[in-house]
Amino acid sequence: MSTPAPLTAVRALAVLASGALFGFGLALSTMVQPEVVLGFLRFSDYGLALVMGGAVVVTLIAYKLIPLKLKAPLLGGYFHWHVSHWNRDTLVGAAVFGIGWGLCGVCPGPAIAGLGTGNWSLLWALGGIALGAGAQGLLARAPAPSSPSR
Amino acid sequence: MNVLSQTLFPFGWQHYLAGGLMIGAGVSLLFVLTGLVGGMSSVFSSTWSFFSRQPYFQQARFLDTRQWRLVYALGLVLGAAAWWLIFSDGTPGNTQVPVWALLVGGFLVGYGARLGNGCTSGHGICGLGSLQWPSLLAVLTFMATAFLTANLVAWSLS
Repeated sequence: MSTPAPLTAVRALAVLASGALFGFGLALSTMVQPEVVLGFLRFSDYGLALVMGGAVVVTLIAYKLIPLKLKAPLLGGYFHWHVSHWNRDTLVGAAVFGIGWGLCGVCPGPAIAGLGTGNWSLLWALGGIALGAGAQGLLARAPAPSSPSR
Repeated sequence: MNVLSQTLFPFGWQHYLAGGLMIGAGVSLLFVLTGLVGGMSSVFSSTWSFFSRQPYFQQARFLDTRQWRLVYALGLVLGAAAWWLIFSDGTPGNTQVPVWALLVGGFLVGYGARLGNGCTSGHGICGLGSLQWPSLLAVLTFMATAFLTANLVAWSLS
């Protein structure tokens, strides 16, 4: 495991710009509106499938092609690769996540981005997510000293 | 074709596709410039490392990423604000979802996403984008429970 590249001003700007594109896309696609997400989950509007599909296709191409064309990221460091595992935690976690998502129509990205559209009600969801993440960490088994990165 | 499109997408489909492509572009830009993988739910655990001495939060994977993850989250807010300022009619976003549902639903979202190591962007976009079948199973699992919950809630309120 290489040491992570420090967050220089240029890297921070790159991260900020990438996040801004992501956030603009979330707002443009109205995913920051819980009602639209709930409309998808209740089979009245299939837009979320287009959002997810579009995002996955672009990401798939980028993740495949970029490491073939470049030895390292343009601003240094290395290409990270997160390995997903299928185990009980993934199953239970995903199931619980879905129950919460189906209840409120808000997931982590839109909870954050939605604040940019002046929707302060989303602070309730944001607070809930922060508390949930905190509870998960407090209840988690102590990590192994060199647990794999995700 | 038009009838089908209006049935599936009563509010039109172009903005969904364009928004999705932009989300993918954001994740791709992050990767090509910095090599980082941009799921969103980790920021909620990594930010706790500033406040909690709990060994779980003091892992290197949170300490080493907590700065850029917060900057990334700030970018999300700024990007959405740019859309709001430029393209909306200026009405602040709002929701009819009751506060209790936002709070309780949010709690389950935060707990579940971190236990399952990913959310709609972590498993749904980055995981599927790197063709990892555990992420596909995670997506199918949370889609199934979300469909069930959303429809049960709608049915119980009607």
